[in-house]
Amino acid sequence: MTEPGTANARAARRVPIESVRPHQFVGQRLRRKEDARLVSGKGRYLADLVVPGMRHAAVLRSPVPHGRIAAFDASEALALDGVDAVFTGRDLLGKVGPFVEGGRLEISPVFLDKVGPEVKPHAMPVLAAEDVHFVGQPVAVVVAASRYLAEDALELIRVDYEELPVVTDPEAALAPGAPVLHGHLGDNVAAHFVVESGDVDAELDRAPHVYRGRFEVGRQASNAMEPRGVLATSDDGTGDLTVWCTSARPHLVRTFLSEMLGIPLDRIRVISPDMGGSFGTGVFSEDFLIPFVARELGRPVRWVEDRSENLLVTRHGRDQVHLVEVGYDDDGRILALKDRFLVDAGAYNQYAITVSYNAAAHARNQFDIPAVRLEGLNVLTNKAPVAPVRGAGRPEVTFMMDRVVDIVAHETGIDPVECRRRNLVRPEQMPYHAGIPYRDGVDIVYDRADFPAQLSQLCDLVDYAAFRKEQAEARREGRRLGIGFSSYMEGSGFGPHEGAVVRVDTNGHVTVYTGANAHGQGLATTLAQVCADQLGVTPEDVTVRMGDTSFIPYGIGTFASRSAVTAGTATGVAAGLVREKALAIAAELLEVSSSDLELEEGTVRVRGTPSREVSLGDVARAAAPGPRSRLPAGMEPVLEAEHYYVPPSVTWSSGTHAAVVEVDEETGFVRVLRYLTVDDCGQMLNPTIVEGQVHGGVALGLGEALTEEVIYDATGQPLTGTYMDYLLPTTAETPPITVAHQVCPSEVNPFGIKGCGEGGAVGPPAAIANAIVDALRPLDVRISRVPIRPERLLELIEVAKAGSAHDGGVGALEDGGAGSRS
Amino acid sequence: MSERRTVTVEVNGERRSGSVEPRTTLADFLRDELGLTGTHLGCEHGVCGACTVLLDGRSVRSCLMLAVQADGCSLRTVEGLAAEGGELHPVQEAFSAEHGLQCGFCTPGFLMATLELLSESPQPSEEQIRSHLSGNLCRCTGYHHIVKAVLRAAETMRGDVAASRA
Repeated sequence: MTEPGTANARAARRVPIESVRPHQFVGQRLRRKEDARLVSGKGRYLADLVVPGMRHAAVLRSPVPHGRIAAFDASEALALDGVDAVFTGRDLLGKVGPFVEGGRLEISPVFLDKVGPEVKPHAMPVLAAEDVHFVGQPVAVVVAASRYLAEDALELIRVDYEELPVVTDPEAALAPGAPVLHGHLGDNVAAHFVVESGDVDAELDRAPHVYRGRFEVGRQASNAMEPRGVLATSDDGTGDLTVWCTSARPHLVRTFLSEMLGIPLDRIRVISPDMGGSFGTGVFSEDFLIPFVARELGRPVRWVEDRSENLLVTRHGRDQVHLVEVGYDDDGRILALKDRFLVDAGAYNQYAITVSYNAAAHARNQFDIPAVRLEGLNVLTNKAPVAPVRGAGRPEVTFMMDRVVDIVAHETGIDPVECRRRNLVRPEQMPYHAGIPYRDGVDIVYDRADFPAQLSQLCDLVDYAAFRKEQAEARREGRRLGIGFSSYMEGSGFGPHEGAVVRVDTNGHVTVYTGANAHGQGLATTLAQVCADQLGVTPEDVTVRMGDTSFIPYGIGTFASRSAVTAGTATGVAAGLVREKALAIAAELLEVSSSDLELEEGTVRVRGTPSREVSLGDVARAAAPGPRSRLPAGMEPVLEAEHYYVPPSVTWSSGTHAAVVEVDEETGFVRVLRYLTVDDCGQMLNPTIVEGQVHGGVALGLGEALTEEVIYDATGQPLTGTYMDYLLPTTAETPPITVAHQVCPSEVNPFGIKGCGEGGAVGPPAAIANAIVDALRPLDVRISRVPIRPERLLELIEVAKAGSAHDGGVGALEDGGAGSRS
Repeated sequence: MSERRTVTVEVNGERRSGSVEPRTTLADFLRDELGLTGTHLGCEHGVCGACTVLLDGRSVRSCLMLAVQADGCSLRTVEGLAAEGGELHPVQEAFSAEHGLQCGFCTPGFLMATLELLSESPQPSEEQIRSHLSGNLCRCTGYHHIVKAVLRAAETMRGDVAASRA
């Protein structure tokens, strides 16, 4: 099957901006339609779903990071009362096709042509049959009468592993002689690309100064508060499969299920119920394992992970090392950026170059840099697979770039805000061509924006001058206050398409069906706002339904800051088409020309003769099929329209963040006192919801900056298996967040929407690191790695103190130091 | 493991009984035996607070308690907050009005923890709120709007008390 949105179709599907009706409900701070249910305990999450006859599954996972399964004995488990079955990898051979990386769906042929990345596909077995490659890899599944029994049975299964050599560090994994994870790939490089703009070597040669440094971003786990789960039931008679799963991408799960289990696409229904967050998305082994098991047993089976499984395998992200060379002049102008970076992809590189190329595409940030060269490598190690987690490459590369700007400012003796300003792309340079393609293959051109104004707005908001005075006073009292900035770009509204069906029932109620799938973002509210404006009803008249493959034939899902842009546009266009159809039918009913009609608040009136009107319900009844239909000649029945929006490329949101911190020099503890943002996500659908997205993103970024890290020891054992070891920010660590907006409507789509789902998470690592460096400026402590835990910062402070006592100020050059060309 | 015990509790003003294995947690009893799935399990090791319920007026983590320990106790869960006719409790109302929830998964735990706070401190400071709720994790909101929601709920409830006295 061909999905809509192939490269050929792209250019032709622009929507004429003149057909857009003015916003009335869009932009309003409407209360969410979702809330009443959710605050009453009436949400329906995966673990709340019960099907008659349902059994419970538990997954046995590898305790060794690299090994060969030498022996497997489940006899004791099978003998336990209430245990139905145990399946191993061998039981799946020949029955469940390979699970190849999800990223393959997202690499466009145009991109392959332009960038020519090397991507080595390698399938991950749904259950390991021979070799295991990371702790937590699924090895077997038990089905039993209750989850308690299933977990009892797990403990009775004996597996002998022949252990193999382990590599947990991406640089070590590249070294000659390193253990190779997947022999047929030849080495541990799973993907590699180089992309450049301008002559970097020449610019570096010409540059008066060159900074060389190394930046690292630790491994962060997505941590949706709802653990992941799957419930599957297979109809005995028809063989039709119904799967409920906590996936933001039910259509993609259906595609994989069809391919892997050999079932026609339309005989599979995948439903995503209420989801308790996502923050990283995609498909997992259990999405196929549980449906397979349910079919084999002929009974419904449910599996819900626990938090320790979640922390082991459910969407780790980040884990990057950047090695940079930056050329700059005496005025603090950056002339060239060369970045060779490694993504520690873990044991299976399931997302091809999604994360690594996203990092490359966002490296330039808001800065006008004459030459850039970006080389990305996805490297395999014996750790859980890394995938896109909120930000997906942007926080990592933004941490690098914004630290670099600060370092250049320091080396040239220029105020960090001034240095930042000097490097920004100026409004008169717009539309700005970044010189490299985005991962959809289209050359990056920044959407309408004014970065210097954004920075100025933030400086006013934070009162930069006043802070410097406060800081100086605090320093005299021995308190270490600091301020740090970060700016970022957010390519958002990624394609290849998203659709919406808008239908009016005979009572005049409107339903929007879309392939996007909210997991907390409030799409049921924002899409209703868009629909209401374009159709001529109120948001109360609109119900938005999503998360079910039976609603709409094609869907991509909700991730990558895309749904407001793509589903929002699709909904608006489809609603406009319904409006046109309604006016044409009403013209028939009222015996006037449709151009004399207006449709407001669900009623069609003759302009100037308000007494002549029909309700939208009347129109829908006239559009119903049958002998009473009053449709104009040739028009199909049903008051509905479908539209798939195919974005020409992404929109470019942006933002600038400031963090004010206080550092306790004795303990290394950092308190974020204030956090402020100015974002530009174009036309906001609902500013309150946008602000909620920013707040949540900032908290996730704060965790990444200060507390959160998935830690493995050198033998490949994860050490962060509970919330006592993996520290999510709480109300105690997260400061009040001040959010302001700059509104530059997008020129990419007719409603001016830019995405806002990830930006909040992008700025904090850099802003907070820069603020800590600023607070400790007298000591010249430098930070090149996040998270900055107290014990690490204390070490840096101690090294800096020893260094400054010794040589008068070189300090702790953890990042390799800066220096003038000799 | 198969020996079962009968547990009887008063939940949201109603007497309910169920038969459980002694090892069944209170959370699983509420969800699986009594069908009260509004109480959510986020970590099952007592850190995230999503499973918070009130037991004889005090907040407990229902994932860390056994159902048999709650025998004879009075429980309040998120399902018991709204009035008979469905009118939202001021705390529920405030969370919605201030956008104090997004995905809603952690929300029942926050609502119950807030109820406890406001019964002890009708006029909490922002600092008190942040301290009291620091045992509940939320990944969506960054807590900013949750804190505002609690301040709003406190104000409404003080108003309600004043009105009922007038």
